[in-house]
Amino acid sequence: MKFGVVTFPGSNCNQDMVYVLKEKLNQEVVELWHKNTSIEGCDAIVLPGGFSYGDYLRSGAIARFSPLMKEVISHAQNGGIVIGVCNGFQILCESGLLPGALLHNNNQKFICKNVWLKAESKTARLTKNLHHDKAYKIPIAHGEGRYFANENILKDLNDNDQILFRYCNEAAEVSQDCNPNGSQENIAGICNKNKNVFGMMPHPERAADISLGNTDGLSIFESLLNTITA
Amino acid sequence: MKFKADIDIMPLEALLDPQGKAVSKSMDNLGLDVISNVRIGKHITLQVSAKSKEDAAEKVSQACDKLLCNKIMESYKFDLKEV
Repeated sequence: MKFGVVTFPGSNCNQDMVYVLKEKLNQEVVELWHKNTSIEGCDAIVLPGGFSYGDYLRSGAIARFSPLMKEVISHAQNGGIVIGVCNGFQILCESGLLPGALLHNNNQKFICKNVWLKAESKTARLTKNLHHDKAYKIPIAHGEGRYFANENILKDLNDNDQILFRYCNEAAEVSQDCNPNGSQENIAGICNKNKNVFGMMPHPERAADISLGNTDGLSIFESLLNTITA
Repeated sequence: MKFKADIDIMPLEALLDPQGKAVSKSMDNLGLDVISNVRIGKHITLQVSAKSKEDAAEKVSQACDKLLCNKIMESYKFDLKEV
């Protein structure tokens, strides 16, 4: 698969993402500057984490109007795969490719720590091949990660199996006690109705190399690759 | 004609505003426990060239709807004055 990792001014997880896709998963990767006007024939576009445009106005609000985003949006609308992690997820919500919004954490803190995630969707490619009864340890690092959507959207997300991950404890039990940021229904990641656009606040690319002591993140990328090549 | 817009953007009433909540609590420390429900938003000013006040209002609304305000979490209102 050919991946395009987009760099916005202020992105800071782009190189980690390139490293994991290229070195750990042996995929073809091109780096795309946000001012490009072509996605260079990529099959999948990744919007990495960071602080695009210094989080000015709202996280992801300005990046959403970068020239390349026009191409990313049309790629997504044509069924192409788009993955947003952390700030990438915020950009996808701001651009309307994913429903809802990411608000300031309810405790007003920037939270940087490992959390446990329960993979939920059994139909979305990013989580389909994961174990749905175990917890995956993946780090979060955000100040604005409180997922919010109105009741109708939440109902749609649940009804259409669009919820990728919920925050849980080590035993994969979902409760308010393990909700780090006040996200509605412990939501950590979602996809769109067509299940080709994925957004998640936790960073799987930061948990994908044994030298970092945790490779749970690798399973998430592998789930996506396995369902595509299968 | 040139107009100046004063735009107020506020978090929706129904949503928790953690920043406002933290400031509310610190009012107690100041001995100002009569103050509560602090909510913090943004004030944006900008200039707009337009044929009329209505035209200017239309342009400012577009700017708010497309970029300045995310209506999932915020609401906005603005005043226009000719400059």
